[in-house]
Amino acid sequence: MTDDLTRMSAAELAGKIKSREVSAVEVTTAHLDRIAAVDERVHAFLHVDRDGALQAAERVDRGEVTGPLAGVPVAIKDVITTKGVPTTAGSKILEGWKPPYDATIVERLRDAGTVMIGKTNMDEFAMGSSTEYSAYGATKNPWDLERIPGGSGGGSAAAVAAYEAPLAIGTDTGGSIRQPGAVTGTVGAKPTYGGTSRYGLIAFSSSLDTPGPVTRTVEDAALLHSVIAGHDVRDSTSIPQPVPDVVGAARLGASGDLTGVKLGLVKEFAGDGSEPGVLAAFRDSLDKLVKLGAEVVEVSCPHFEYALPAYYLIAPSEASSNLARFDGVRYGLRVGDDGNRSLEEVMSLTREAGFGPEVKRRIILGTYALSSGYYDAYYGQAQKVRTLITRDFQSAFERVDVLVSPTTPFVAFPFGSRTSDPYQMYLADLFTIPTNLYGGPGISVPCGLADGLPVGFQVMAPTMADDRMYRVAAALESVVGTLTPPAL
Amino acid sequence: MTISREEVAHLARLSRLAVTEQELDRFAGQLDVILQAVARVGEVAADDIPPTSHAVPLTNVYRDDVPTPCLTQEEALSGAPDAFEGRFRVPRILDEED
Repeated sequence: MTDDLTRMSAAELAGKIKSREVSAVEVTTAHLDRIAAVDERVHAFLHVDRDGALQAAERVDRGEVTGPLAGVPVAIKDVITTKGVPTTAGSKILEGWKPPYDATIVERLRDAGTVMIGKTNMDEFAMGSSTEYSAYGATKNPWDLERIPGGSGGGSAAAVAAYEAPLAIGTDTGGSIRQPGAVTGTVGAKPTYGGTSRYGLIAFSSSLDTPGPVTRTVEDAALLHSVIAGHDVRDSTSIPQPVPDVVGAARLGASGDLTGVKLGLVKEFAGDGSEPGVLAAFRDSLDKLVKLGAEVVEVSCPHFEYALPAYYLIAPSEASSNLARFDGVRYGLRVGDDGNRSLEEVMSLTREAGFGPEVKRRIILGTYALSSGYYDAYYGQAQKVRTLITRDFQSAFERVDVLVSPTTPFVAFPFGSRTSDPYQMYLADLFTIPTNLYGGPGISVPCGLADGLPVGFQVMAPTMADDRMYRVAAALESVVGTLTPPAL
Repeated sequence: MTISREEVAHLARLSRLAVTEQELDRFAGQLDVILQAVARVGEVAADDIPPTSHAVPLTNVYRDDVPTPCLTQEEALSGAPDAFEGRFRVPRILDEED
């Protein structure tokens, strides 16, 4: 019985809790038991809030909280503030910090009746594609514990794939929701930038960071999306427009009819760079979508090949500025304050001790790109390339409804295989980064296996047309089905 | 070679990172590889192209000028490594002779 509860979708669970077929406490307990049974091996969670979760579930069972997802457990990436619950962003510099306030999306999740069960592991400050840069040890991929779960949000994806939670929240700056989704066989959706609030999200790259859903089904992703999205006065980049009808679009897509939908195949992404198994699964899925009535149109986006270089100038530049707040004064770690050292010395020792290698590399890289003398050639030029990438998207969307590609060029790789050369790690986000620079939405949906490991299919849509990607993703899911990892 | 060990040391000082000698050796080589890769943005002819700093073209976003509740002093100081009489306590900023 409890095993069954952890395998149900959020939509099913919400229905059964609403009809009182099961209680929210039973559902929450089943997931807490599952975490206790498997998380020692998976390490998806940095903190499990057992007491808080059970209290929230009791409130649902007493009828004090209602809402579309009342009683359904959700795991939150540890880069999002949760009042009174430890939040580290995967970094030693915030070890033990308990935020004094909730992020807007956490408030909205509570209003929707969800039960927050814990905080998930991630690459430090969301910088990475494997969780190997977490200061608290890597998360393991439930499909193969010797392999990475993707990153930065590998904890959220692994928690959902390992049936520790039906719903999770991730954040996507260059692919940190979609790439973990692809390699764990789960659904990961990055909403339109500004479609979900960044208030309470510990900033990495403010012009790119976007919170979004991580689930096992497309319908669940749409339900979670609809709960967290919408304008927020506390985020000045939040878009003051109605949320697209993503749930309706997911249900429409699930009917399996894509007649008249034009899929743009990005020519520049079709060939080199992807593993053969990834390309085979992608092309097979494309054929399936054509059988559902979709039309495939090849489009050229000539500047996409410069997206990765532009991203690795823009994101580190913003990070070097954002991470200046970790100065050992207002929160977190302070090192070397012996009464003799100056503020500047204490700051430098604190940051040296508190940040891991990837964070330091990116801070130094960003500081370089913003330096007088290099600014025009690096950061300034990258911003111009960003404009050209946006124009590539806009002209493609004049001809097609959505763009499609593999989510990531390779399946889950073994631990340690891409850490010695940081640029090899960066290639994991080759296909996801353009969307972030443009600001549009993108989703990864499972599309099959290659050598027994999950492959993700990416659908990219125009800004504030998030509903389109849900329709296509749900249609693909209706013919591929959901993927089930081997028993842990 | 796009970046020297000395430049990395200088950037680390600007970034308030007390990096070790071993880190300098490692980072210099790694950053050189990364910089050579990202320098490819220079291949794009973009002289007349306006820069994009942000995906959402919004300017001057103001909320209504109405006071709303905010953190108490106690809450704001709750995560501080050191606090004293309702304030953040920091190491000395000025030399004693100043």
